[in-house]
Amino acid sequence: MNPRRQSRLIVVIAVGSLIAGAIGLMLYALTDSIDLFYTPSEVIEGKAGQHPQVGQRLRIGGLVVPGTVVRDATSLAVSFDLVDTGPKVTVVYDGILPDLFREGQGIVATGVLVDKTTINAEEVLAKHDEEYMPPELAEKMKGIKHVKPEQGATSL
Amino acid sequence: MWKWLHPYAKTESAYQLCSSLKPWLWGGALLSLAVGTVWGLAFAPADYQQGDSFRIIYIHVPSAILSMGTYVAMAVAALVGIVWQWRTAFMSMIAMAPVGALMTFIALFTGAAWGKPMWGAWWVWDARLTSELILLFLYFGVMALYVAFDDKQQAGKAAGVMALVGVVNVPIIHYSVEWWNTLHQGATISKFDTPSIAPEMLWPLLINLLGFALFIAAVTVVRLQNEILRREIHRPWVQQLAASRLEQKKVEPRHAV
Repeated sequence: MNPRRQSRLIVVIAVGSLIAGAIGLMLYALTDSIDLFYTPSEVIEGKAGQHPQVGQRLRIGGLVVPGTVVRDATSLAVSFDLVDTGPKVTVVYDGILPDLFREGQGIVATGVLVDKTTINAEEVLAKHDEEYMPPELAEKMKGIKHVKPEQGATSL
Repeated sequence: MWKWLHPYAKTESAYQLCSSLKPWLWGGALLSLAVGTVWGLAFAPADYQQGDSFRIIYIHVPSAILSMGTYVAMAVAALVGIVWQWRTAFMSMIAMAPVGALMTFIALFTGAAWGKPMWGAWWVWDARLTSELILLFLYFGVMALYVAFDDKQQAGKAAGVMALVGVVNVPIIHYSVEWWNTLHQGATISKFDTPSIAPEMLWPLLINLLGFALFIAAVTVVRLQNEILRREIHRPWVQQLAASRLEQKKVEPRHAV
């Protein structure tokens, strides 16, 4: 390689790795703010030494605990518990749930922390995992019955 | 080792290479897109959780993967252009940019259309969605910088630097779902592990991925030829080419309607 090309290549590589390093450090410093949500144990036990305050707006993401979904008979009000690996947090919500909402499903809810373990949510989003399989296979492998999303259940 | 590549630094041989590749790329793209799309949309089984809605994966995933792939290819072209000062490298870089931007847009758009029924939201500012949006802006930046200069060699250098700097965003997009909590799911196929998708759903996805790649290559090749002709319009070989095309048109007998 001739010396001019070589020096250009070195400059490009040096500048490139400097920029990559700078952006890497920046993202590392911002890790906590880039996370979309708190997990239930972070809400209760705190995250990086900081506890969310009662009255704070936050997002929480966790799995819906089977058997804790309580629906109001006359309105859209619903409450359920979320869990990750530790303690549970109760979510209270009044609105239409996404199609994928079901017991055991990952959920991300935005709302206000009304007391240490309860969140009054104004938005509930469903998170799904990366697994795709036909219903027969899911039944065989996981014992999950295919639940067809109810038609017309979404809001517009 | 790279001796076979050197002739294509010359615009004329690059143009001829494009001409001979073009029919294969278009043919392969149309064939695999037709097979993959029909198989995926009509014959692959429905998903156990998402039902038929999951089928948008056959457009969303190939366009998203290739929005990043095209960016990397563009950055490699920029590197070759800057270090080895090949004019054809900058020309291929700028030929790829709008195609990559289109792929990014398709990925964002199909993602929103998929997110609304499944998640319950068109858009969430999570790490994956935000970094993919930044990728779209990077493409726009490269294109805008190239247009901003009248001297196209200078323009290629400026846009090339932008393309090279932006390449740090590609690993960020890919690992965003692992590094941070996101609403977006983790990787289904682009990981060093068995894909988390049943084989009868995976095959049409892979075929469509190939189809999208060939389509991008085909459009890039056409755009590269145009760019070469535009930049080399005063060269004898371009004028000869134009003259011979004109000649062909005159000789062909026209049937009266």
